[in-house]
Amino acid sequence: MSRLKNTFSNKKANLLNVYFTAGFPALEDTETIIRSLAESGVDVIEVGMPYSDPMADGPTIQQSGMKALENGMSVSVLFDQLKKIRKEVETPLILMGYFNQMMQFGETDFLARCQEVGIDGLILPDLPLSVYENEYQDLFKQYDLAPIFLITPQTSEERIRKIDQLSQGFIYVVSSAAITGNSKEISPEQVAYFERIEKMNLRLPRMIGFGISDHQSFSTACQYADGAIIGSAFIRALENGNDDLNHTIKTFVKGIRNN
Amino acid sequence: MISISEEGYYGRFGGAFIPEMLHPNVEEIRKTYVEMIQDEVFQKQFRQLLRDYVGRPTPLFLAERLSEKYQTNIYLKREDLCHTGAHKVNNTIGQILLAQRLGKKRIIAETGAGQHGVATATVCALMGLPCVVYMGAVDIERQQPNVSRMKMLGAEVRPATSGSQTLKDATNEAIRDWINHPEDTHYIIGSVVGPHPYPDMVARFQSVISEEIKWQLEAATGKSNPDLIIACVGGGSNAAGAFYHYLNEKEVRLIAVEASGLGVDSGESAATSVLGTEGIIHGSRTLLMQTPDGQIIEPYSISAGLDYPGIGPMHAHLIQSGRAEAVHITDQEALNAAYDLSKREGIIPALETAHAFAALDKIEYKKTDVIVINLSGRGDKDLDTYIKHLG
Repeated sequence: MSRLKNTFSNKKANLLNVYFTAGFPALEDTETIIRSLAESGVDVIEVGMPYSDPMADGPTIQQSGMKALENGMSVSVLFDQLKKIRKEVETPLILMGYFNQMMQFGETDFLARCQEVGIDGLILPDLPLSVYENEYQDLFKQYDLAPIFLITPQTSEERIRKIDQLSQGFIYVVSSAAITGNSKEISPEQVAYFERIEKMNLRLPRMIGFGISDHQSFSTACQYADGAIIGSAFIRALENGNDDLNHTIKTFVKGIRNN
Repeated sequence: MISISEEGYYGRFGGAFIPEMLHPNVEEIRKTYVEMIQDEVFQKQFRQLLRDYVGRPTPLFLAERLSEKYQTNIYLKREDLCHTGAHKVNNTIGQILLAQRLGKKRIIAETGAGQHGVATATVCALMGLPCVVYMGAVDIERQQPNVSRMKMLGAEVRPATSGSQTLKDATNEAIRDWINHPEDTHYIIGSVVGPHPYPDMVARFQSVISEEIKWQLEAATGKSNPDLIIACVGGGSNAAGAFYHYLNEKEVRLIAVEASGLGVDSGESAATSVLGTEGIIHGSRTLLMQTPDGQIIEPYSISAGLDYPGIGPMHAHLIQSGRAEAVHITDQEALNAAYDLSKREGIIPALETAHAFAALDKIEYKKTDVIVINLSGRGDKDLDTYIKHLG
């Protein structure tokens, strides 16, 4: 978790978090993707554990997950891959997936293995805040893992305060009422929502995600938060890119940063 | 004592494992549903619609020729006579009233065989609310008559093209729609599944079934409790309704009948209570069919209403605690039971319901026993399948 904390204390603006689905496009691409993202100067890397029923994800991430599962990706395969690449890369790594995956691995074993392979934080959208607080908070602390929770335009102020207390690392600000992968321009209502959250002076840094797809949406989001998260747009770039994964990734990140 | 906790748990099963995006909606329903259901005005509306629109109470029928065959006393709870042809409408009537109270302007639903989709499209037409029904692309192909019914009732049927393109994927799509429309939309879940309070809320709306069985049986036999109640279970809404008022009457045996497809161990089955392990599906902690890695497995049954990879948390608890007995019926056994019931009693049951009848060959009972079978739906929608297998 210290890698995550350091990242946010060393850099205060324009942080870029990129999501990819592990096992996509090919089973063995995890190392290449993480290495290229790190070399491109991405600040946080979010590794998606492909899931059969990802209820918060849009078609792009769903399809990449189905492909990854067909390719043979599993939680244990992913852990082995991460362990290798962690020796080369210092960028914070966040694992994103669904609670059932952690449950079936065995909650304690899963968290212990996360720490062992160098994971810094976890995003499990369907792990309820109350269940985390009552059952898993101590385990997350024991294994030095940051729980990262989401807030949405509908989340009450009281609940945002609670999420700010219970989360570590950063708060995931969901940009609109949506699943992942919608890419529309950021609307005045969204800006009002970002400003409302900004004025709350939360303890943790804020990263805006969902619907961030290009330089323009990234830089707009960065005006109202510490940084932003890109997922589906990156998956699409991997899909449409040529065989040189490294080149595709570096071009993509450059496009987001500099236009 | 079978009961649900404040957080929505039956024993270890239940809860609300939902993304933050759904929290305000689910929380709003959780905070208000009990009060709303108990409200006098609501009850009056609900009861009136059940009577005048659905056609309740549905009869409790002594099936004499079936009783003679099995040498016992068999009563059929005729949910097949409900408007739209199945018990599903009891729940959609309740939820559409709830949606109106919450000020919702748009309704979404998932459907497998199409019965819940039809029941939802029906109440939306009744109340003049727009309705979108998600249905697996594969199910749309194999349940064409119900797709046409939904369209005629004014609903939009959207194919779920993700995953295996059946009921579980339709449910995922409906959840995603709800995430995208959190303010104006109510999601009418069709079974006792999903995040708390859905399993309890749907069970309460369906509990009218066992409420009626109690007084009807009392009138027919002098005793309000049968010795056994048999119901088929996919997600488990008709079974939840038929069991509800007997959950804590221990002398009443509860028989939950699951579809075992080509056989429990064939790899083509939906026998969740034996093939399932504890996990999370559609926001609920329950038994589900999954790989060791936690990926949800697509189940199989000839009946599109029973091929769900999970089971409602109440049923998971009833079966694991021994309160309910699980029985498993193959495709062929269900077909045989459907043909037999049709000829013996003049009732063509839904394929789902036929599984409950086949259980009579699998369980032990006494000659003096009184058995109630919940005849959850009629078989019109399954005629193609019945004709095809008649040979």
